[in-house]
Amino acid sequence: MDPKTLRYAKTHEWAALNGDIVTVGVSQFAVDLLTDITHVELPKVGRSVTAGAACGEIESVKAVSDLYAPVEGTVAAVNSDAAANPGLVTAEPYGQGWLFKITVKPGTKLDHLLDLKQYEDHVTHEAH
Amino acid sequence: VSYTLLTPDDRQTMLRTIGAKSIEELLTQIPADIRLGRDLNLPAAMSEQELTAHVAALAGKNHSADNSVCFLGGGAYDHFIPSVVDAVASRGEYYTAYTPYQAEASQGTLQVGFEFQTLICELTGLDVANASLYDGGSAVAEAVLMARAVTDRPGKVLIAESVHPEYRLTLSTYLKNLNTELVTLPTPGGYLDPDLVKKQIDDSTSCLVVQHPNFFGALEEVELIGKAVHDKGALFVVSYDPISLGILKPPGDYGADIAVAEGQCLGNYMIYGGPYLGLLACRSEFVRKIPGRLVGQTTDRRGNRCWVLTLQAREQHIRREKATSNICTNQALLALRAAVYLTALGPQGLVETAELCARKAHYAAERLAQVPGVKPAFDRPFFKEFVIRVNGDVTKLLNGLTADGYLAGLSLARDYPKLADGIVVAVTEKRTKAEIDGLATALQKRLAL
Repeated sequence: MDPKTLRYAKTHEWAALNGDIVTVGVSQFAVDLLTDITHVELPKVGRSVTAGAACGEIESVKAVSDLYAPVEGTVAAVNSDAAANPGLVTAEPYGQGWLFKITVKPGTKLDHLLDLKQYEDHVTHEAH
Repeated sequence: VSYTLLTPDDRQTMLRTIGAKSIEELLTQIPADIRLGRDLNLPAAMSEQELTAHVAALAGKNHSADNSVCFLGGGAYDHFIPSVVDAVASRGEYYTAYTPYQAEASQGTLQVGFEFQTLICELTGLDVANASLYDGGSAVAEAVLMARAVTDRPGKVLIAESVHPEYRLTLSTYLKNLNTELVTLPTPGGYLDPDLVKKQIDDSTSCLVVQHPNFFGALEEVELIGKAVHDKGALFVVSYDPISLGILKPPGDYGADIAVAEGQCLGNYMIYGGPYLGLLACRSEFVRKIPGRLVGQTTDRRGNRCWVLTLQAREQHIRREKATSNICTNQALLALRAAVYLTALGPQGLVETAELCARKAHYAAERLAQVPGVKPAFDRPFFKEFVIRVNGDVTKLLNGLTADGYLAGLSLARDYPKLADGIVVAVTEKRTKAEIDGLATALQKRLAL
């Protein structure tokens, strides 16, 4: 995935829309903050999720953080490779370290999320 | 508790240190109208010698397993405790109730925790055990909370009526405000019918809890029940008797996902009101939902073997609102005793202890059934406990037998009104043939009155 084409939540998840499927991962900024990720707990396939509500966990040597769904829908798939080997998330947050996919209603847009520029402004602001 | 003196000199020194003239002066902030204004109506204080004699006289009125022949069970048992258990557990280095909060500073305590966990895993045939919980009842409740979290099915929990009534009460308290339906499956034949499980379990059920051997001492159809539970994607929670695993299959071998127990029988005394010892073990995939403390083995920076508390993100002192349990500690001293007990017995010793319990219990069941007015309540295979039904007033009968020197068993009247004439009789390896025959004779005399 190209970070420039992705949309971001203020809680540091990225989202990519393709048809009626939204793929979700965590941003490089989040990975840098968390350092070594030791465990990810992903939602169950088939479970419905609400935008902005916690649906999983990500644990690193530094902290345990909630994972939030960026859009509403039903969990279509989870990345069991990332669950089995959380190092993938640290190494390739935009690639093989994606976390889960959500089936969304037709016509769903990601406009409520930030683009890369807005997200970078947000994290610069948050860092200070 | 030691008797330590507080002399008038000590009192004066303390008052001087804090700058007060009298104890009265310390109480002036309490409004006069709510103060008693006179001494409590208590007898004069005793000397140490008088007090010792007084308390010993009071304690002498108790009927205990030391001065009576004990056939009482129902969760706490009169098993033999080898003296090595007291010898190790009373060492000053170990003599603490809990794992300390600066846990890694006490490597010996953590090593005991790790060895205890390893023993419980070997005993149950499961992958991972925690460093203990408070007692058998809270262990059942914690296992159910775990199953709710693992399955993400808050809807319904099934439990057999043949599970210890107090464990069921504890569970019902835990679930009271959680919007989870607790369904108790009746066990009129003294065991849980697997067909009833098949009828009652559904896709909203997080788990089913059985006790094996159950509260009546009888074995459950654990393999059939486990299969019915797994067919619906629920977890199988088993409360077991640790001693029984000397001769029964370990829970991990018949499909238990979480196995819990009361660990008093492992080298701990019967103590009114506790402390008791909760055991909990489970399959490794649930390790992040396991309640309480978990000791892990690792190496320090010099490459030496050492122990740490691990996976603490599950604990409430890190993320209180996300914690899977409120338990942040363990029963370190009682777990130590259990570890020493199991190590002292070894696998063969545990087999022999379990065989003795089973054989003596079966002899007792046959012997008591020959007494006129006594009949067995159920025709089921059992381990070290069984239920008899008697003619007449059970409370009066049990009180009479206590006076004869026999704690003859536990009345079922309070918890199972339909078995109000029932008594659970427990027979451990400590009971002798003469004691069992003695109980039968005393019972016969009392019933003939």
